[in-house]
Amino acid sequence: MQNMLTIISNALCRITGRNVLLIDLSEYVSLTSPAAPVLAQTERQPPKPPPVSTRAPAAELVSSQTDQLDRPGSRVVVSRSFADFTPQATFDIKKCDVHRLEEGPPVKATLTRDQGLQYYRIMQTVRRMELKADQLYKQKIIRGFCHLYDGQEACAAGIEAAINPSDHLITAYRAHGYTYTRGVAIKEILAELTGRKGGVAKGKGGSMHMYAPHFYGGNGIVGAQVPLGAGIALACQYQGNNQVCVTLYGDGAANQGQLFEAFNMAALWKLPCIFICENNKYGMGTSVERASASTDYYKRGDFIPGLRVDGMDVLCVREATQFAADHCRSGKGPIVMELQTYRYHGHSMSDPGVSYRTREEIQEVRSKSDPISLLKDRMLSNNMAAVEEFKEIDIAIRKEVEEAAQYATSDPEPPLEELCNHIFKNDPPLEVRGTHPWATLKSVS
Amino acid sequence: MGDSSGSVLTAALLCFFAMDEELERDERVFLLGEEVAQYDGAYKVSRGLWKKYGDKRIIDTPITEMGFTGIAVGAAMAGLRPICEFMTFNFSMQAIDQVINSAAKTYYMSAGLQSVPIVFRGPNGASAGVAAQHSQCFAAWYGHCPGLKVVSPWNAEDAKGLLKSAIRDDNPVVFLENELMYGVPFEMSEESQSKDFTIPIGKAKVERQGTHVTMVTHSRYVSHCLDAAAVLAKEGIECEVINLRTIRPLDVDCIETSVMKTNHLVTVEGGWPQFGVGAEICARVMEGPAFNYLDAPATRVTGVDIPMPYAKILEDNSLPQIKDIIFSVKKTLNV
Repeated sequence: MQNMLTIISNALCRITGRNVLLIDLSEYVSLTSPAAPVLAQTERQPPKPPPVSTRAPAAELVSSQTDQLDRPGSRVVVSRSFADFTPQATFDIKKCDVHRLEEGPPVKATLTRDQGLQYYRIMQTVRRMELKADQLYKQKIIRGFCHLYDGQEACAAGIEAAINPSDHLITAYRAHGYTYTRGVAIKEILAELTGRKGGVAKGKGGSMHMYAPHFYGGNGIVGAQVPLGAGIALACQYQGNNQVCVTLYGDGAANQGQLFEAFNMAALWKLPCIFICENNKYGMGTSVERASASTDYYKRGDFIPGLRVDGMDVLCVREATQFAADHCRSGKGPIVMELQTYRYHGHSMSDPGVSYRTREEIQEVRSKSDPISLLKDRMLSNNMAAVEEFKEIDIAIRKEVEEAAQYATSDPEPPLEELCNHIFKNDPPLEVRGTHPWATLKSVS
Repeated sequence: MGDSSGSVLTAALLCFFAMDEELERDERVFLLGEEVAQYDGAYKVSRGLWKKYGDKRIIDTPITEMGFTGIAVGAAMAGLRPICEFMTFNFSMQAIDQVINSAAKTYYMSAGLQSVPIVFRGPNGASAGVAAQHSQCFAAWYGHCPGLKVVSPWNAEDAKGLLKSAIRDDNPVVFLENELMYGVPFEMSEESQSKDFTIPIGKAKVERQGTHVTMVTHSRYVSHCLDAAAVLAKEGIECEVINLRTIRPLDVDCIETSVMKTNHLVTVEGGWPQFGVGAEICARVMEGPAFNYLDAPATRVTGVDIPMPYAKILEDNSLPQIKDIIFSVKKTLNV
């Protein structure tokens, strides 16, 4: 038992790069109490049908596999060992609408237990991190712009699951989730939001300007990141490295002229660029119907093939992104994906988010389509994990985020000596004019 | 096409040579812009490059400045070293957000995590008879922004040495050429013919030594100032002519040293007067040690504060002429 836990623990550590603690739940079950019905069985029960979802009709279990060894019927199993869980299951996912494609991504997705826990962990971490940012903003510890991502977690998690760390990603200002999935630690993200020297950009960038290897931010000008993304894809093609660039934008940016300029060149030159529109139905306070003559964002690439994807289902996003990446890597040129998603918060922290949409609408999405709940329910109803496991994960994440917030509020602000640094790269130190002629400041590369 | 070993060559040719040598030296360097490849360049600066390097490295773009400038900046972020040509800098206005917000500011915003090694080049300022929308000088606009280097070559040697430095620089450089200078022949020095000949960005050059007045200028007006200096010399007025070479960072030391020697300052530029290059030079001199050496207020000679007209007589009178420079020098010297 312990060996199995250790093996699985180590595997999850390697996959997630984080400390993963798995607990033998045997201590939670008393030997004298009657075992719960499911535990007394040594054979697998037929799985319960998953809860009915009005949004995703196809989330039924199709098949399950087990590596369960035969146990003698006389032995009472009192602990939920990990050998009891379904290690892998295949789910029906919503079919994608396609544009200029013969066929779309598969309508079934396989999920292993490890993957499920990993996606859950990632999404829950982003959720809690964003809620912490909300809290810090209301305490005025974060200032300026703060565009929160809660509700859209399946997009960031699903995309990252389908690409390699060596692929590239660029997005707009609702970027904290991607900053995390692209490898920046929570504490560096929060410390950047609070403007401290331990922030990923040393406090000089803020919410919209965080960077990491193969992650190009974080861009404040609506739409500007799209030609940049096409340029990154050009570099991939130029260098012949088989990498792709995921270039994200919102439904508001989807009408920008520079997008169509980028689409044109990407298609002309067959750039390996996945253009992804995160359609959360509102560009700031303007609903998509009021902003766009055509709200079929997956078709707006015109001559570029497109997919419309359920952005609340991490498996759907993953399968679609995998499909898109294969398309690009095979030299077919760019592809457009529209992820239909939703943000719980307003556009930014200065927008309550209820003047242009109803609280009922927000509540409905939360209760019926929350990406984290969707994944969790799937895993639970297919016996891929235990409720307690998720609770443990939640507790661990809360703790991690709390510690990160502690760091972000206690780390000092950047020293004034840093004010003028990083103007130029690889340059000798230069003098920078201060606020008056006697204030000559120094800039070091 | 030949090599740069001839002794009298034009600025356009030298831009070509600079690009050719750098393309050869570093395979990450590439050129993109309108008509740069198969048309051989709108002003023939890139003639022959496409034949030599092919589609991968010399890229014709559609007429979509904002898009292709963004693409160039993205490529620079991802490890390449693009040269982004604007057919004229007037069209860069359509892409100026990418130049400033995506290129210039990124190294700072990322606290050094993300650099943007890119050159934006093309003809800047007035041409001949192309009227208002095609004649603007952008030296002051780009010179205003931290995070950018702004270079303005005058002669063929400047063009080659500075463009090579710009391409080798790890930062965004705006390289302001001048269409009217493209065809002007200059003698080339021995050393300028080397494949490693570079001129440092940020250093001005004293093109003519003098004792009575310092003339600070850039680009085409260096020629005008030298011509004016030749005329003034006959009257016993010796002008020191400083070719800025770089607008940002400005070589204030060179200017101050000169002013402390001559006690008089005249700036000459083609751009508009308000908030211009000359205005900045005057302010800097006032704030520094050279102020105490001035025997008269500094004078700015600039383009007329109007959109550029078309008719030749009007156009000629919209830009500094040699007689305007001579007049201004004499007024400054009170002679």
